[in-house]
Amino acid sequence: MDFDLTEEQRLLQDSVARLLADRYKFEQRKAYMKTPEGWSREIWSAYAELGLLALPFAEAEGGYGGGAEETMIVAEQMGRALTLEPWLPTVVLGGGFLRHGASAEQRSALVPKIARGEMLLAFAHTEAQSRYDLHDVATTAKRDGDGWVLNGRKVVVIHGDSAHRLVVTARTAGGQRDLKGVGVFLVDASAPGVSRRGFTAVDGHRAAEVTLEGVRVGPEAVLGNPEDGLPLVDRVVDEAIAALAAEAVGAMEAVHGLTLEYLKTRKQFGRPIGSFQALQHRAAEMMVALEEARSMAMLGAMMAEEEDATERRRQMRAVKLQVGRSARFVGQQAIQLHGGIAMTMEYAAGHYFKRLTAIDTMFGDAEHHLNALATGGGLITAAAA
Amino acid sequence: MELRFTEEERAFRQEVREFIDRNLPAATRERMESGRTPTKEMVVQWQRTLNAKGWAVPHWPVEWGGTGWSPIKRFILQEEIQQTPAPLPLGFNTNMCGPVIIAFGTEAQKKRFLPRMANLDDWWCQGFSEPGAGSDLASLKCAAKRVGDYYIVNGQKTWTTLAQYADWIFLLVRTNPNAAKQQEGISFLLVDMKSPGITVRPIITIDGAHEVNEVFFDDVKVPVENLVGTENRGWDCAKFLLSNERTGQARVGASKERIRRLKLIASQAPGGGRPIIEDPRFRERLTEVEVQLKALEITTLRVLATEQKNLGQRKPNPASSILKIRGTELQQAISELFVLAAGPYGLAGADPGADRLNEPEIVPDWAALAQPTYFNWRKQSIYGGSNEIQKNIMAKAFLGL
Repeated sequence: MDFDLTEEQRLLQDSVARLLADRYKFEQRKAYMKTPEGWSREIWSAYAELGLLALPFAEAEGGYGGGAEETMIVAEQMGRALTLEPWLPTVVLGGGFLRHGASAEQRSALVPKIARGEMLLAFAHTEAQSRYDLHDVATTAKRDGDGWVLNGRKVVVIHGDSAHRLVVTARTAGGQRDLKGVGVFLVDASAPGVSRRGFTAVDGHRAAEVTLEGVRVGPEAVLGNPEDGLPLVDRVVDEAIAALAAEAVGAMEAVHGLTLEYLKTRKQFGRPIGSFQALQHRAAEMMVALEEARSMAMLGAMMAEEEDATERRRQMRAVKLQVGRSARFVGQQAIQLHGGIAMTMEYAAGHYFKRLTAIDTMFGDAEHHLNALATGGGLITAAAA
Repeated sequence: MELRFTEEERAFRQEVREFIDRNLPAATRERMESGRTPTKEMVVQWQRTLNAKGWAVPHWPVEWGGTGWSPIKRFILQEEIQQTPAPLPLGFNTNMCGPVIIAFGTEAQKKRFLPRMANLDDWWCQGFSEPGAGSDLASLKCAAKRVGDYYIVNGQKTWTTLAQYADWIFLLVRTNPNAAKQQEGISFLLVDMKSPGITVRPIITIDGAHEVNEVFFDDVKVPVENLVGTENRGWDCAKFLLSNERTGQARVGASKERIRRLKLIASQAPGGGRPIIEDPRFRERLTEVEVQLKALEITTLRVLATEQKNLGQRKPNPASSILKIRGTELQQAISELFVLAAGPYGLAGADPGADRLNEPEIVPDWAALAQPTYFNWRKQSIYGGSNEIQKNIMAKAFLGL
């Protein structure tokens, strides 16, 4: 049992923290958000220089060789700074699909480009009817010679507008909600039949609606088993949940710190408002929620690499549930303790609140995972009769 | 970072489990499985068994019977005892008074008291709270006046847990009523419960149990050698003791044991034509508790790992407040789920300390205990520094407010 970072991990943490402290202050972030793309290409290059875009890939394939802990470290820092770049879709999700579902040839073609910052990826899974069910897929993939033809519509594809390649879930067999028969395809975003409508999501990240009309892909586009791709999707999504949990912890920590500063400096009735017990107790409760989330983010990093898929899913649901609960609580309290100022776009607290809300609604909110976990029997086994 | 237990730690857990299985009397286990509190004899017998094995006071210095184990290893022992379930070594002896004597006591006090504490030859109780001194403990009034080689103690303590069993009491008394700050006039005394002038009066709590008492002191003579630490510096001992008390209050192992039991019960208890475990609302409430308990377990291990690094430091760790707050909230939530599982059966409640729960048996034991336990466990967010006091501590020590 050891909760400390290694020397190398600490260096990674420091270098990301320094970069973001220097180049991702709140005012700088506002400027990035205002650009047409909504994030910073220069920062993206800086990530590439630090190795953050190569983070999870094997060293032999041109990667940094990081695991779930390294992802946690980087995501936490990005959460603190509220970064807007497509790191999660490209490196964690896209990277996850390449690591677990692609051939060595595919990886050798794409990983170096990703690492250099020249290749962006996005995961196109959510459909109008699917909510959080990854298996609820109406988009179809029909065999066509040795390749496939894709038809369907994906909504809220995070950073789908700038991606060069889209990882698309499409039904190769069975009914819309069958667990079997979901395939995963790597689709060139500029291929004929792909159309995108970009928009800015509530948290400032970019997103797109993606429509696929008779999009032809070759056999090399298939990631994993085209008849049974859901285990691959689950695995990659679990890694993304672990990263989101860490990001949420970073964001909660930052907004809690911001709140404490405000409580110490804002004066009403002739004294700092932090001297009032009703407010102190809320601040203490925020800390309890934050530490619970931090513990669960650590569990997430550990379970992301668990080979037993059932156990991994179960624990990851618990992670996402607790993080969702904590994120909502900490975000809401941060706004309340600040009062009116946190209601403005001018001030950072509201932006943290929005990102924390977004994180809860990505890959299943707390209620979704609670329901699934409860139906599956929870975490603890009953005593023997 | 490594969140998995090591091979050695897992082997140790197995060793503990086997030791408990071999040595714990079946009657003790059965009584505790049903949710009842163990009898005095059961607690004494089991602590002596643990002590003979060298496991009663693993956190004490080796020369006084400790083991030199890591905090994680101690956690494993405690968790296994709680999960069995079996009685933990008596906290008043091993976690409260013992560590104070080790930190502040004289050699003579250590020799005289520690071995008997570890073996539960003496049952200790805690004389802190008074009718007028609850959360504001430092306002206590129970007075000790130095006369020759004795202190003469006059006053009253209350909420004294299991004073009816106790051979000794550790007391906070006021030795200087004129100190500039009220914290500066307090001393820490060890008092033989057989001393003339002590009266113990039961307080029956809302669950019907006789667990706590009032203790009255009427010109009780206490030899000066029973003063721990320096006269008028007893508040240092009290603060040290209270922060030790908190880390034990997470009781993760005990909560896991209760949830396992609850799941078994709820898979049998009726709930609208099906077992109550299949009721989505019940199931979700239970699952939320399980997830929070997982978070608490990891947080506890994080606190312990930090302690392991700062071994030897006598500073209280403010993170222990988090454990106290959530640990007690979760235990209360679990007790509420037992009430839900019992439904109308729960109306036939019984005293959890009684040997026979309901005579003749009208409802299952677990159901008869559900509501009394729920009533009793409201105490958890009150004692050991109420949860609101914990938040005050956090605001001051952690958050700089």
